[in-house]
Amino acid sequence: MSEAGPLTPLKYLGDLDYSVLQQCMHCGMCLPACPTYLETKKERNSPRGRIALMRSIADGDLKVTKEFGEEMYYCLGCLACTTACPAGVNYPQLFENARAEVEYHGVLFNPERRFWRWLTLDQLFSKPWMLRAVGRLLWIYQVSGLCWLVRKSGLLWLAPKNLRELEPTTPVIQRHFSDALIEEREAPATSKYRVGLLTGCVQDLIFSNVNRATADVLLENGCEVTTPRSQGCCGSLHAHNGDLDQATERARALLDRFDLATLDAIITNAAGCGSHLKHFSNLLKSDPDYSDRATEWDRKVKDISEWLVEIDFRKPEKTRGGESVTATYHEACHLCHGQGISSQPRDVLRAIPGLELVELENATHCCGSAGIYNITQPEQAGKLQKEKVACVQKTGASLVATANPGCHLQIQNGLGESAEVVHPVSLLAEAYRNEKHS
Amino acid sequence: MALLQSGNVALLDQLRAVVRAGDLLTEPEDLIPYGFDGTAAMKHAATCVVTPRSVEEVAAIVKIAGAAGAPIVTRGSGTGLSGGSIPVEGGIVLCLVNMDEIIELDPANLTILCETGVITKAIDDAAHPHGLFYPPDPGSMKISTIGGNVANNSGGLRGLKYGVTRDYVMGMEVVLPSGEVVWLGSKCVKDVAGYSMKDLFVGSEGTLGIITKVLLKLVPRPKARRTLLASFDSMEAAARTVSQIIEKQIIPCTLEFLDRKTCGCVEDYAKVGLPTEAAAVVLMESDGPESVVEEEGNAMAAIAEANGAIKVEKAKDDAHATRLATARRTAFSALARIRPTTILEDVTVPRSRLVEIVSYVEEVGKKHRLEIATFGHFGDGNVHPTILTDETDKEEMERVEHALSDIFDKTIELGGTITGEHGVGLAKKPFLARQFSEASYQLLKQVKMALDPTGLLNPGKIFDLPENKTS
Repeated sequence: MSEAGPLTPLKYLGDLDYSVLQQCMHCGMCLPACPTYLETKKERNSPRGRIALMRSIADGDLKVTKEFGEEMYYCLGCLACTTACPAGVNYPQLFENARAEVEYHGVLFNPERRFWRWLTLDQLFSKPWMLRAVGRLLWIYQVSGLCWLVRKSGLLWLAPKNLRELEPTTPVIQRHFSDALIEEREAPATSKYRVGLLTGCVQDLIFSNVNRATADVLLENGCEVTTPRSQGCCGSLHAHNGDLDQATERARALLDRFDLATLDAIITNAAGCGSHLKHFSNLLKSDPDYSDRATEWDRKVKDISEWLVEIDFRKPEKTRGGESVTATYHEACHLCHGQGISSQPRDVLRAIPGLELVELENATHCCGSAGIYNITQPEQAGKLQKEKVACVQKTGASLVATANPGCHLQIQNGLGESAEVVHPVSLLAEAYRNEKHS
Repeated sequence: MALLQSGNVALLDQLRAVVRAGDLLTEPEDLIPYGFDGTAAMKHAATCVVTPRSVEEVAAIVKIAGAAGAPIVTRGSGTGLSGGSIPVEGGIVLCLVNMDEIIELDPANLTILCETGVITKAIDDAAHPHGLFYPPDPGSMKISTIGGNVANNSGGLRGLKYGVTRDYVMGMEVVLPSGEVVWLGSKCVKDVAGYSMKDLFVGSEGTLGIITKVLLKLVPRPKARRTLLASFDSMEAAARTVSQIIEKQIIPCTLEFLDRKTCGCVEDYAKVGLPTEAAAVVLMESDGPESVVEEEGNAMAAIAEANGAIKVEKAKDDAHATRLATARRTAFSALARIRPTTILEDVTVPRSRLVEIVSYVEEVGKKHRLEIATFGHFGDGNVHPTILTDETDKEEMERVEHALSDIFDKTIELGGTITGEHGVGLAKKPFLARQFSEASYQLLKQVKMALDPTGLLNPGKIFDLPENKTS
């Protein structure tokens, strides 16, 4: 264990503009929005409590301790507090810097944690080829019957406990990844816009079909789509988990893949990525080679629903004999709180013929996925998942639309067979397809 | 950390023995977030926090603290705006958020009985399905506890028509400084048996006893409401409108205003379409039976127009009403993000003197070179001069002190009060004596001395006693 000594200087919270910390006026309006405060009713588990701890560290009144580290990882990072905050505190920036400080001081160090961080952040999500290779192996495991055999044979009992518990929730890997489904350049009959498409990392392995659907609706709406090959992770996973250096590296790598000047927008369909992608200028502000491009990038990154509404997307026509369906919409935290996008995905859903949209109670409450929170804090994540599933079941909807891969998996795992989770853009793509077949 | 020294380890052990595991906090990471409430630029480190779950636990804690001479600061969600729940040196912070049960809703007598850690909004939410209404709505109602509201006699936006927290308190359970538990008041509409002791504890800011249960009055829920937003080119025109509305015997449930500076900030932040020349915006809301609100809405609009309103907008439906209310709802948010520190005051004057205090505040801002915006409750004469500043700038904070002092003096001169709804706590303590004659100021202290002679409960708040050992 390496408890930080008094001489270990601060790297992240110390460098932060103090006014960001000071902006919190500790009014308490964030408390009723915070899932962890509502669970424990302890101030340290609330946004203003966490900010008070960060400020104490910046002021030199508190050391970076293990307790502090654990608190920063108990936070979901759902950003519900930013919507509730009357003073406009930049919580995402505080939260990322605090976690980075925790990692820098090594207060949560243990060999097992180190191994998993190395495997995920340093290897899988930093090296696109490796993620795809592992994805391919998983796919073979799942389709070859080996998965069935392992589950039946009881071999799983040989695996460590947390791996054993996670195995049944492993997402199903797609047969084809994005690059196989989407050409590097696809153009509609007449182009009005030129856009770049982000394929993501998790999205690429598990929801490459959503990426294809995104390209389809863009083409339907007069957008020429450029999809650079082997994009890899955008770094949001790193930034949210205290690795700002890797996150900066990933941001540079991604900027290099797109010819920004020729594009009207950069489209993402994953909320967790989008809310990170729109702030590259924070990461790169002191890099003269990238800072200008990062600012332009931030301006051009759009969530797919946001972009569709901005360009006044074409509403699909009713087709004969189409069945009607009841759907509800779960707001991914990093879409509604992180990007302030709330009405646009609903506009997309309402445009779909035969779809009746019923509102979900507590639609903006976190489902517990929160990046990798469901892996690191399974108990709290499980509670939130249960609450979400109960709300969905109350609506009686057979479809749950949501625009983030983490939420998608978390809610689908909770619902089982009772309802299907789908990205809004997949429904829109389907509606356009139905027009042609009718 | 006086409490944690030598003999006081025994005190912590005693406290630990009466509450559940996890309900006594002593680690720095746990304590730091209890060092402040919602008041700007005020904090004091907590030395321990205890979160009891029953009146028996509260009584036991009070007895242990009394024997050890360790003062107790009671708090709920810590949203107070006068520093009333800021810890005191060597003291115990007693946090009541875990006592959050609604015990009984009595539709026959229109009352609700609950523990004092219940969230204010939860009380109105519980009343709603029965067609009932709990009107007091302080700005923090989504998270403030009813105990905190009662201890500070909180107001809100509906004061003119519905009154304040005190008007709804029918009874309460209180733990006295001795550790004895008493019940005060009853469900009876009329009750004159002895002194009205419950009223002594309303607004006592945790200095006389610890309120653990409260019995509240509920009223029938209004069936309909009408919302209007009127903009004026002078505060005088707005004030004339308000006076004439009340003369016409219309008592709106909401009569809120924004001054010129606030209008500008709101427009910059929320783009709600306020006229650029607006010097005053008034949000009016009437509630009651459908036919009455329709008639009152039309009458209020006519009065505003007759007084030269630049623009009068009447809500067509609920969504429109919400849009109109946005200007007032976002006022504080719009102001709070301009500078790092936002100091929110709550001076109150007789309604007829409101224009004078608002223009005086504007002058004070100029005199001390400060950014001050004012908004608030027109019908109550309750204004919120909001100083936008930076607590790390010592020189500017000195000017803030001078400005506050000026505003308080003027308020008292106009026959007003230095605090209409936030309480005295620490923030107004230095100014309280100015508002009272010597005899009435001493009377406050005599009450404190009679109920809490050793200064066990929240010492050093509202006023100082020479006997206060700990502050």
